[in-house]
Amino acid sequence: MVRESISRVLPGADVAALGPDDAFRDVLEMDSLDFLSFVEVLSERSGVRIEDEDSRRLTTLSAAADFLAAHTR
Amino acid sequence: MPSLGADMDEGTLLEWLVGPGDLVHKGDPVAVVETAKSTIEVECFATGTMNELLVEPGTTVPVGTPLAVIGPAEERRPVSRAPKKGKPSASTEPSASTEPPSPPPEPAPGPAPALSAARQRGHIEAGPLVRHLAEHSGVDLEALHGTGPGGRVTRTDVEAAVAARAAPRPRVRASPFARRLAAELGVDLATVTGTGRESAVRAADVRRAAPGPAAPTAPAPTGAAPVRPSPQRPPAAARPSEDRAAAMRRAIAGLMTRANRDIPHYYLSTSVDLAAAMDWLHEHNRQSPVGERLLPAALLLKAAALAAREVPELNGFWIDDHFTAGEGIHLGVAVSLRGGGLVAPALHHADTLALPQLMNSLKDLVARARTGMLRGTEVSEATITVTNLGDQGVETVLGVIHPPQVALVGFGRVVDRPCAVDGLLGVRPVVTATLSADHRATDGAVGARYLTAVSRLLQNPEQL
Amino acid sequence: MGVDGSHEAKTTYREAMREALRQALRSDERVFLMGEDVGRYGGCFGVSLGLLEEFGPERVRDTPLSESAFVGAGIGAALAGMRPVVEIMTVNFSLLALDQILNNAATLLHMSGGQLPVPLVIRMTTGAGRQLAAQHSHSLEGWYAHIPGIRVLAPATLEDARHMLAPALADPDPVLIFEHGSLYNVSGELLEPTAPVDLEHAAIRRPGTDISLITYGGSLPKALAAADELAAEGISAEVIDLRTLRPLDAEAITASVARTHRAVVIDEAWRTGSLAAEVSARIAEESFYELDAPVERVCSAEVPMPYARRLEEAALPQPADIVAAAHRAVN
Repeated sequence: MVRESISRVLPGADVAALGPDDAFRDVLEMDSLDFLSFVEVLSERSGVRIEDEDSRRLTTLSAAADFLAAHTR
Repeated sequence: MPSLGADMDEGTLLEWLVGPGDLVHKGDPVAVVETAKSTIEVECFATGTMNELLVEPGTTVPVGTPLAVIGPAEERRPVSRAPKKGKPSASTEPSASTEPPSPPPEPAPGPAPALSAARQRGHIEAGPLVRHLAEHSGVDLEALHGTGPGGRVTRTDVEAAVAARAAPRPRVRASPFARRLAAELGVDLATVTGTGRESAVRAADVRRAAPGPAAPTAPAPTGAAPVRPSPQRPPAAARPSEDRAAAMRRAIAGLMTRANRDIPHYYLSTSVDLAAAMDWLHEHNRQSPVGERLLPAALLLKAAALAAREVPELNGFWIDDHFTAGEGIHLGVAVSLRGGGLVAPALHHADTLALPQLMNSLKDLVARARTGMLRGTEVSEATITVTNLGDQGVETVLGVIHPPQVALVGFGRVVDRPCAVDGLLGVRPVVTATLSADHRATDGAVGARYLTAVSRLLQNPEQL
Repeated sequence: MGVDGSHEAKTTYREAMREALRQALRSDERVFLMGEDVGRYGGCFGVSLGLLEEFGPERVRDTPLSESAFVGAGIGAALAGMRPVVEIMTVNFSLLALDQILNNAATLLHMSGGQLPVPLVIRMTTGAGRQLAAQHSHSLEGWYAHIPGIRVLAPATLEDARHMLAPALADPDPVLIFEHGSLYNVSGELLEPTAPVDLEHAAIRRPGTDISLITYGGSLPKALAAADELAAEGISAEVIDLRTLRPLDAEAITASVARTHRAVVIDEAWRTGSLAAEVSARIAEESFYELDAPVERVCSAEVPMPYARRLEEAALPQPADIVAAAHRAVN
């Protein structure tokens, strides 16, 4: 779901090549607008409200997945 | 072919959004034009009936070439123009005011009066010899100040410009047919090695350099350099992306060279305490759905726009040795593109937009800039530009002004810094705001007033 | 059709021209031939040999040595309803009649408000290559091509020599026919034209794709020889024979350059102010964006034509010069 959300925001990005612990914001050169869109899409898809402060923790795929897992329960 | 920016001298008509006989309104997108920098929707400058389309899609024509003939609107036939291909165009306006159609050779669509001065730059008074000389020596006539009678550009002006130029970009030596073929095949002549006499590029060289039948280059699937292709419109099927990037690089090079050569810049810088702004922003975002959250950039842009209203001397253009104030504040927003390069489309009337509105406009503008879907008025009408390199981690931006504008505002990253606050040491979020301004148009005191205004405005975020 | 009707007989350019005159004299009694030595001597270059015997002194008339007088007489005869064919020995002598041609023949229709057409044909020999030295070796047809009101023809093949005269006589306006001296002895089988011979269009004498060799008259054989040489190197040259120098078939030139993107213009006249200059200018005007190389011109050296054979050859355009120009354009 995280990968899909990134793909939605950056349609050309090679999401499959991202490692779970890669800092994808840097790897994919996402700027703050891209990142905000990503948070928006992820929040929409997961149904989890992601607070501004929390969003800063979503730096890697695994961190994002952990966050979602923790909040959907 | 309208001039969609000071650095544009020709454009490729990619697509007509209207057909002959269609009723068009002033401001409607009527055609898609590709410039060296972007793909742009051109808005109509008059209301009337599209009588004749003069330029075939795929054709590259110089700025000033008539693209179509617009006749008087036929009142009896109020055909509601259905925009083709589902373009996000303005839906049919309520009433077509039948103002007399402008003659087709007008070089640019003239939607906002703001740029009337800039627009006249299309009509350069210069004779054929002077034009030839300018072309031959690669001098931009628009950048010259004519010293002849009635502001005519004279031969001496061109020769002086040639002499003054530090590093002239030599015109590619190519046969006329090779030049035409290169335009047709989307080959950048500068990248072709000429095998003709005195290394002239000939048709065979162009054909060799042209991509094979499987032309459109797919985005390279490398994680390191992601490319975001345009979903609606492959960025110029006619032009391979490397050439396009090279063309954009050259366009930027030309414009920036001119800016640095012609504009005596002065630079000011100040640190702005963002504690109040950031607190307000976090509170706002906490209470808002994700889709309505604001970025610090929105506050910075709004403050920059409002400050431009307070210091109108920085909002406008330096043309023909005098300053022309912009009508309205159209904030150019520097957007870096994925494949490299930069555009600075305008957020129209940024000073009047409420923050959520401004945020939405910004998202929309950046997305369209990156997918090559800008409109003509957006790329040609900015009155002052803001560049925000905070995302890239730098603290201070000392930018180059986008001619013919007279000021460029820079914001760096918001960082926490120790500050003296009310006699105590505190850690506060701080941003460095900078101003590059044209010393011909203003002096340092004016610039200082501007930065002070920005700083003051950011202390009261709720009023932004 | 051969001169004597035999199917294997070869015909010369001279004979083809004579046959054209014979047919004209036979078919229209208003037609008569006059000029210096056209009767008893059979023409300075032997074109009218035997015509005096066949048609008599009324219709094949020797004239005094005054070009102005007999060209003027021809104009008068044409005004009076005759169809004169006036032969001028060589183009240099035509200058003595230039006032008649330029001020009378070319202008009377205009000056009379359309009442006085001048259906006159003037034939003359042009060109060098026969060691006739500086006073009899000019190629001044380009000068005549400058003049509105007349048509200027340059038959370069047996077919055109045989078949251009009839439409020239049918033209209500003055027509000048330039016969290159080097062509009279060219021989070959005269083929019936596959299409009606007109006076409007240039002809593609050899199709090609890489370069256009644009020429006329006495330079056509040289251009064809150059094209053979180029073909041996793999360069496909298209040879355009202009045929009519005024009005120029600009469309044919444009179409050829659009195919080949390169052009060499071959003109035996001096380069400066020549017909080659006009053709080059047309190409620059009409075909600029088709050009992949600058237009090349092969013209005569700008000197009075030397008498000495080697020097004359050196001064004139030769196939090797055309090949070299083509190389410059293609390589």
